[in-house]
Amino acid sequence: MRKIIKKMFWAWEFEKEEKWLNEMSAKGLALVDYSWCRYSFEECEPGEYTNKIQLLEHNPSHPESEQYIRFMEETGAEQVASYMNWVYFRKKTSEGPFEIFSDIESKMSHLILIKKLLLPIAVLNLGIFLMNMVNFAINYPRGLWIPFINLACAALVFFGVHRIQKKINALKKERSIRE
Amino acid sequence: MENIALTEAVFYILLSLSEPLHGYGIMQNAEKLSNGRVKLAAGTLYGAINTLLEKGWITSVPGDSGDRKKEYVITESGKKAVLSEIERLKELVENGEKLTGGWKK
Repeated sequence: MRKIIKKMFWAWEFEKEEKWLNEMSAKGLALVDYSWCRYSFEECEPGEYTNKIQLLEHNPSHPESEQYIRFMEETGAEQVASYMNWVYFRKKTSEGPFEIFSDIESKMSHLILIKKLLLPIAVLNLGIFLMNMVNFAINYPRGLWIPFINLACAALVFFGVHRIQKKINALKKERSIRE
Repeated sequence: MENIALTEAVFYILLSLSEPLHGYGIMQNAEKLSNGRVKLAAGTLYGAINTLLEKGWITSVPGDSGDRKKEYVITESGKKAVLSEIERLKELVENGEKLTGGWKK
């Protein structure tokens, strides 16, 4: 029996999302598919799988990504779903702890990739806001509230960038004294 | 040869590749060599393998057509890197032991 749960996580909350998926697995529900805010689960042994989410540089169907996913599969992980450049991996918990990154450097590069995804979205929304402010002020002053939608979007995504940057900075500090 | 410390992951990958091994084999070998302490995660290992291939410290072995898993082996320049790293580590250990001799009670 498939169970669908609608839930939403922001891109900068991917660790929270992993934690939630692992809690679901502990309850006997294994993720089998994901599309926009829609998680499909199937029954599994409680705690059978550990889930990890990774943002890839390219779309999962890109040859480089395919090669990487094949490598992950050789090490006992499997891809259960993907959404844009995000890939959902899982591994049997009985095969030991599942981590994708085991050093500070590679954790940092993953976070930097997420930042590179978010930053242009924030800047773009800020740009649209500024342009529309001028536009609306001249042509349609009564609709001057409309551009603020973009400002709100920009603020939200900048907040996400800030959260990711904080994590990057913490790792940078750590890396300055150890590997 | 640049005189820079190797990361622990790279050191154990290079050590593991005196015999051709595929990715999962490297993970298992590193864990075995370090008595379970070093657990290379697949993403980190994948990145390191690609960098080492680019640097020419390892090379991929033309494998049997039946096996899809790619195997890698250390090259001469990779061996040189490990040997000079061992010299560096020796120095660290010697100095460390010499100067901390009185610390242990």
